[in-house]
Amino acid sequence: MGSILRKVALPIFLIGVAAIMGIAWAPALLCGTVDSMRDDLGTWYKWDLRGERPTLTVGNIRQYLEGSIEGQFAPAAHVRFGHSTAVAFAYVLWPLQFRITRDVLAVVGVVGFVSLFAMFAIWWERKVAARMQSRLGPMRVGGWHGWAQSLADGLKLLQKEDIFIEGADRPLFRMAAYVAFVPALGLFIALPFSAAWIARDLDVGLIFIFAMFGVGVLGVLIAGWASNNKWSMFGAMREACQMISYEIPLGFALLVPIMTVGTLRLTTIGDLQSGGFQTWLAFRNPFLLAAALLFFIAALASCKRAPFDLPEAESELVAGFHTEYSGFRWALFFFAEYAEMFAAGALAAILFFGAWHSPLPAAWGESWRHGPLWQQALHGVVFSGPLWLIGKGIFFVYVQMWLRWTLPRIRLDQVMYACVQVMLPLAMLVLLANTFWEWLVPSRSVLGMAANAVCTAVGAVAVLAIIGISIYGFVNRRRLVGTLVVKHLPGA
Amino acid sequence: MLTVGLTQYLVLAAFLFCCGLFVMTTKRNAVGILIGVELVLNAACLNLVAFSRYRVGTIDGQIATLFIIVLAAAEAAVAIAIFVNYYRTLATIDVDKGDELRG
Amino acid sequence: MSGEVLAFYLLAALAAGSALGCVIATNIVRMAMCLLGTLGAVALLYFLLSANFLAVIQLVVYAGGTLILIVFGIMVTSRTYGEKLKPRTSEALIGTIVVLALFAGLVAILLRAPWTPVAPTEPSNSVAQIGQELLGTYLVPFELASVLLLAVMIGAAYLAQPAKKE
Repeated sequence: MGSILRKVALPIFLIGVAAIMGIAWAPALLCGTVDSMRDDLGTWYKWDLRGERPTLTVGNIRQYLEGSIEGQFAPAAHVRFGHSTAVAFAYVLWPLQFRITRDVLAVVGVVGFVSLFAMFAIWWERKVAARMQSRLGPMRVGGWHGWAQSLADGLKLLQKEDIFIEGADRPLFRMAAYVAFVPALGLFIALPFSAAWIARDLDVGLIFIFAMFGVGVLGVLIAGWASNNKWSMFGAMREACQMISYEIPLGFALLVPIMTVGTLRLTTIGDLQSGGFQTWLAFRNPFLLAAALLFFIAALASCKRAPFDLPEAESELVAGFHTEYSGFRWALFFFAEYAEMFAAGALAAILFFGAWHSPLPAAWGESWRHGPLWQQALHGVVFSGPLWLIGKGIFFVYVQMWLRWTLPRIRLDQVMYACVQVMLPLAMLVLLANTFWEWLVPSRSVLGMAANAVCTAVGAVAVLAIIGISIYGFVNRRRLVGTLVVKHLPGA
Repeated sequence: MLTVGLTQYLVLAAFLFCCGLFVMTTKRNAVGILIGVELVLNAACLNLVAFSRYRVGTIDGQIATLFIIVLAAAEAAVAIAIFVNYYRTLATIDVDKGDELRG
Repeated sequence: MSGEVLAFYLLAALAAGSALGCVIATNIVRMAMCLLGTLGAVALLYFLLSANFLAVIQLVVYAGGTLILIVFGIMVTSRTYGEKLKPRTSEALIGTIVVLALFAGLVAILLRAPWTPVAPTEPSNSVAQIGQELLGTYLVPFELASVLLLAVMIGAAYLAQPAKKE
């Protein structure tokens, strides 16, 4: 059994990674195709009754794919299929024109992505932690570097006893885990993975995500209360203090890019940064760079990650608000935490670091976008697509993990001091300064361009330093880890 | 046949208002009374937004609601501060116990 | 039945049910959780009324701010766990009668009111519109609200500060 597992382990792992990417990306491509088809056909059929778009039949789609529609309309050259392929594709594409199909697809995609990501991130966090402490981390389950550890943990958690302690407020105790989990999942409704792949492109998407971060706290608060345990209660109180305080600098940091861009729609904000590395909002002027840093720190506190992990400080509060939780409910809290971590990273990427665009200017890939299907797919990899957003999100999650295993936890009064007396005035100053900068310094002026260049250089050095140090540590892991450990454990 | 229009929203708002009123008048826990106030304010907000959508056609109702939300937050902050003080003085949160006019 | 109608009745049921829960519940934390249900349902109803900005502001300020403050207040002010302060029977009885009468009266008036049907309006860009209204027509109330918030901040901090040791 073990040897078979070991052989198929790596392929399964890689297929899993590909599936994550596929979940996020393939529907975007397909939905985009249907939309362009509907636009093309709509103008040709002139079905535009009552201002509504025509509904495509399977036959329409097949004719379109075959390129056999007669008349003045010539379908795009890149979608000419043979008859049987066209029929097959027509049946696949037909449901995608309806909103309800897309909504179902989006829900499945979001739930699938979040659960897969949480499992991946828990395994990865343990590996990162282990490497930073000269250990190996999970090595056995599944064969290849313990890749199935989260899966095994999940199975274990599912069959654990669901403990209700004496004197707990049962309905609230049950509900708390969901109150924490649902907003963490719900914020993905408005989080764009790319301009095309988003469940609901709200015109207030940014505040919606901000709101979901805030509502999730209630779950923790209720969990602490319903546990009837003073350590849980302390954890919950700390969480409430911390979240309410850090939401203010977080909001101020969010206002800075909003003021520059002039919209709350996340897809618009993302597409404004398509011109390559130097057009990313964080590198536009020094204040936006500072705002990005402030946002990241405040988001770290909102996700209750170290050094702000006071609500679950295990050396003081047993395990904080989830002391009394076990089994699946306990797992839900962690799913919520990792989902929020990814959302914070993705939001940082969308607002400040080029969203779903690669560092290359999008204009270079313009011809690929309208080329054959394989060129479109390649465009999604090289220039812009959900892969880039997920990659950036994972990068920021990695930075959060790095900080967690490097920095010590700070005291509650220090947390409050850092928020109210340092971050809040700084955020206000940055907002004010950015206002004056945007007002007085045009981006085409010498000063504007110089600031852009300097900030781009600083940002590039920072990103390259983080990646470089990580790669150095990984390449030299045998030298850094004690040889004894390496020799006596498999798979090192 | 079920439809959605102004009347449905107003009936819902009236229901919320009545619930809030009941909570405000009968609960003895001070925080419970605050919760009743929030319910009443929510009913009023829902009314304003529904009117602004179905009757007036401008966003004045939304602006008024925005102010209500802000004022409700401010009111809750002051109320909680008062309750903390009340609890510190009388060691209870029962509003019926607060009938003595001394500190 | 269109999606909007279905969504309205589901959300209305959630809002009304949660409000009823607030009335029935004796445990104050459960009341707060019921309030969360109502606030969330009303926020989603704002989405249905195409007041998107208001919906998210309701979620941020009410659910994410005021409600957390309320739960925090509950935790600070209840010494005994699960302390129940039941309303007096006479009060509850009178309250029920009065409130039911009021509700019946309101509904009777609402159902009889001759609303001239007006086509629902769809604001094109509600966020920008709200911003312009706030800093145009409603500039004075807006500034007054900011002054009030400052006063509230100072007042709440003063009220809640620990008693000075004599």
